[in-house]
Amino acid sequence: MNRITGLMGAAALALSAFSAPVHAEGGTLVIASNQVPRHLNGAVQSGIATAVPSTQIFASPLRYDENWEPQPYLAESWEVSEDGLSVTLNLVQNATFHDGQPVTSEDVAFSIMTTKENHPFKTMFAPVEAIETPDDHTAVIRLSQPHPALLLALSPALAPVLPKHVYGDGQDPKSHPANSAPVGSGPFMLEEFTPGEAVVMKKNPNFFIEGRPKLDEIIIRIIKDSSAMLIAMENGEADIYPFMAGSQEIKRLEKADHLEITSEGYAAVGPINWLAFNTASDKLKDVRVRQAIAYAVDRDFITKALHRGVSSPQRGPIIESSPFFDDTIPAYDVDLDKANALMAEAGFGDGMDLTIDYIPGPKEQQQSVAEYMKSQLKKIGIDVTVRAAPDFPTWAGRISSYDFELTMDVVFNWGDPVIGVHRSYLCSNIREGVIWSNTQQYCNEKVDELLAAAAIESDAEKRKAMYAEFQQIVAADLPIYWINATPYHTAYDKRLQNPPKGIWGTMHPMDRVSWSE
Amino acid sequence: MNASYLTRRLFYGLLLMLGVVVLNFLLIRLAPGDPAVVIAGEMGGATEEMLESIREDYGLNKPLLTQLMIYVGNVMRFDLGESFFFNQPVTSLIAQRIGPTILLVISAQILSILLGVFLGVIAARKPNGAMSAFVSVFATIGYAVPVFWTGIMLIILFASVLPVFPVEGMQSVKLRDAGILVQAVDVLHHLVLPAFTLAIIYLAQYARLSRASMLEVLGSDYIRTARAKGASERSVLFRHALRNAALPILTVAGLQFGNLISGALLVETVFNWPGMGRLAFDSILRRDYPTIMGVLFFASFMVVVANILTDLSYRLADPRLRGKS
Repeated sequence: MNRITGLMGAAALALSAFSAPVHAEGGTLVIASNQVPRHLNGAVQSGIATAVPSTQIFASPLRYDENWEPQPYLAESWEVSEDGLSVTLNLVQNATFHDGQPVTSEDVAFSIMTTKENHPFKTMFAPVEAIETPDDHTAVIRLSQPHPALLLALSPALAPVLPKHVYGDGQDPKSHPANSAPVGSGPFMLEEFTPGEAVVMKKNPNFFIEGRPKLDEIIIRIIKDSSAMLIAMENGEADIYPFMAGSQEIKRLEKADHLEITSEGYAAVGPINWLAFNTASDKLKDVRVRQAIAYAVDRDFITKALHRGVSSPQRGPIIESSPFFDDTIPAYDVDLDKANALMAEAGFGDGMDLTIDYIPGPKEQQQSVAEYMKSQLKKIGIDVTVRAAPDFPTWAGRISSYDFELTMDVVFNWGDPVIGVHRSYLCSNIREGVIWSNTQQYCNEKVDELLAAAAIESDAEKRKAMYAEFQQIVAADLPIYWINATPYHTAYDKRLQNPPKGIWGTMHPMDRVSWSE
Repeated sequence: MNASYLTRRLFYGLLLMLGVVVLNFLLIRLAPGDPAVVIAGEMGGATEEMLESIREDYGLNKPLLTQLMIYVGNVMRFDLGESFFFNQPVTSLIAQRIGPTILLVISAQILSILLGVFLGVIAARKPNGAMSAFVSVFATIGYAVPVFWTGIMLIILFASVLPVFPVEGMQSVKLRDAGILVQAVDVLHHLVLPAFTLAIIYLAQYARLSRASMLEVLGSDYIRTARAKGASERSVLFRHALRNAALPILTVAGLQFGNLISGALLVETVFNWPGMGRLAFDSILRRDYPTIMGVLFFASFMVVVANILTDLSYRLADPRLRGKS
């Protein structure tokens, strides 16, 4: 037996010698991911799974630094007109697609219009009326109304520039065969895409930014089991694990000497974990009941005890790390007397029954919080039944058909409120059967007016003031009780230089990332 | 064996496959959850128009019976449709996954037969001895313990506590560009835990079966003759007795193939093995109907073929069965 173990040990040692990464010039970066991309074209598909590879393969007009400032990318400069109704992009001269064709303003125009028509985020490019291409390297975006969210929407995560000569063949871009074999102008080129398993990308030797990218290869390895993921990180099979949400995982990887853990890189993602109310239900249509629930729940207990301090409290619809967050909105700090009084005022002094659903996902963010709600709400006379869903489709079916009272959910801000926040609060977005619309069925005309005005306000300060007012109103109306920012963390090998910590994290071109000697 | 038997056997096989296709279709549709909502959700939330267009694209707005007829028609032309999730032909997804599954199933089959028969033979040598008792207990436990539990225990033991084996996948990504030999060793290294996990259940059955079979043979006259001739104990056990005890074992091995495939589905999920089982599991969660049905179709097909082959080879091996049907 000893001999056998010895032999196995020797074999393992020999293998680990093989697998030790070579960290000279270039090198391979292995990204561990539990998200499965349908395909790799971020122009017609939202979400992390597609955006991480898509932002490596496709370049975009602009990109953003860690201070939310736009930086040149395919556009070396840009001007927004006085009236805010047109944006001119001056493209670099030397950019080519991976197949050698030059990137022209035609491609930019084609891509933005394709994204406008096919991407699920309809608000992103809705005001774009036309794009003029006076010459090969100038694109003028004509808007029907000022659209301050436009520049952010021109980021790699949302506006990949597609080759018109590939996608312009009349096939439906949503199911175009090139989506699984994309040709972009980004720092990395697709080498191999094995659905559900891996995406392998090699360095683009003709990338238009000189001296970049630094790495030879990026491999996205899909590992769905979280313990397998942790072991892969611990033994160096994978180098970076973004979008890690469990405190146990975070705490465990903090102990690995060769890894660095950071919560930076998610500012523009803005993932909010929340408790949503079905405001059309008889029990919850009275705002006092919703407020009573808010006063009964201790947000600090959830973030400090349940999440062991890895998540941060979130008390409004806009992520606290966003420049638009208003820190004067009420926090509803725990106050059981007030909660009981509100219940009595609303006519539920004798208590009530409620059901709580939660989106199947990390237990710590969902089921545990739901169970905690049950024990906490008992203190104000609410008898809560926790209803589990076996899988996402079941949960989504219930919520989108309004067959729920309370539900836990995670929804992303996606950088600008226009893109990710409006959808949950607009009267016009109460759409039965559609998940992540306004399933709370909350409607306040003042909110609709404010959001419509903020969407087109070019003056940053005025826009901020409008969003502040919006936040005050919904914090008072409380269609949703916001709990915490999903505690996304990234674990990465300490030898990585310039790890992806900007506002889009790994949904940003990793051309500056390199291995130290 | 005559031609009419073969024809009849193939005909029943086809009929069975048709039943499988219809049953798969109906069972999957019974599960709650609308694939259009899942697809729209995966795409980032959507509008009613989008849901409608997805239903139309995938033919989900047609009556169920029409959908079934279309599906059966397509399957008859070996067209398993396109994955809702990946927008790729199901056949090409299965083609990518079939190799790893076959590798896993065959390794587990060989491992379980070799180890199982070896244990059974040892146990049969002294039917009332300690070794025999150990094999019986081991066989009972091995058979009773769920395969995912065994898998997780092995992962904890041999990948986490004692990190000698990789915990998931079939290959180290960082060895992609290494030589063929290094890659082969790497795959074998990854194969050990999942193959052993899958082998354990069947190993137990082979151990019990070969023990019983050996005991029966060891009591017969020709064994006594062999011993009387002065043959060594090892020769008696493995050369004389095992040969005759092997026939029932081989039959069971053929029939066991189907069970192994279903077991592989679980093992693949536990070990992130890139085979058909994990594809099926993931597809169920995504309500990717064509892929689920495609994998089930293919797995059933392999089982039916394996059963026909076992039947035929059994009749070839045992002349007494010829002429009967």
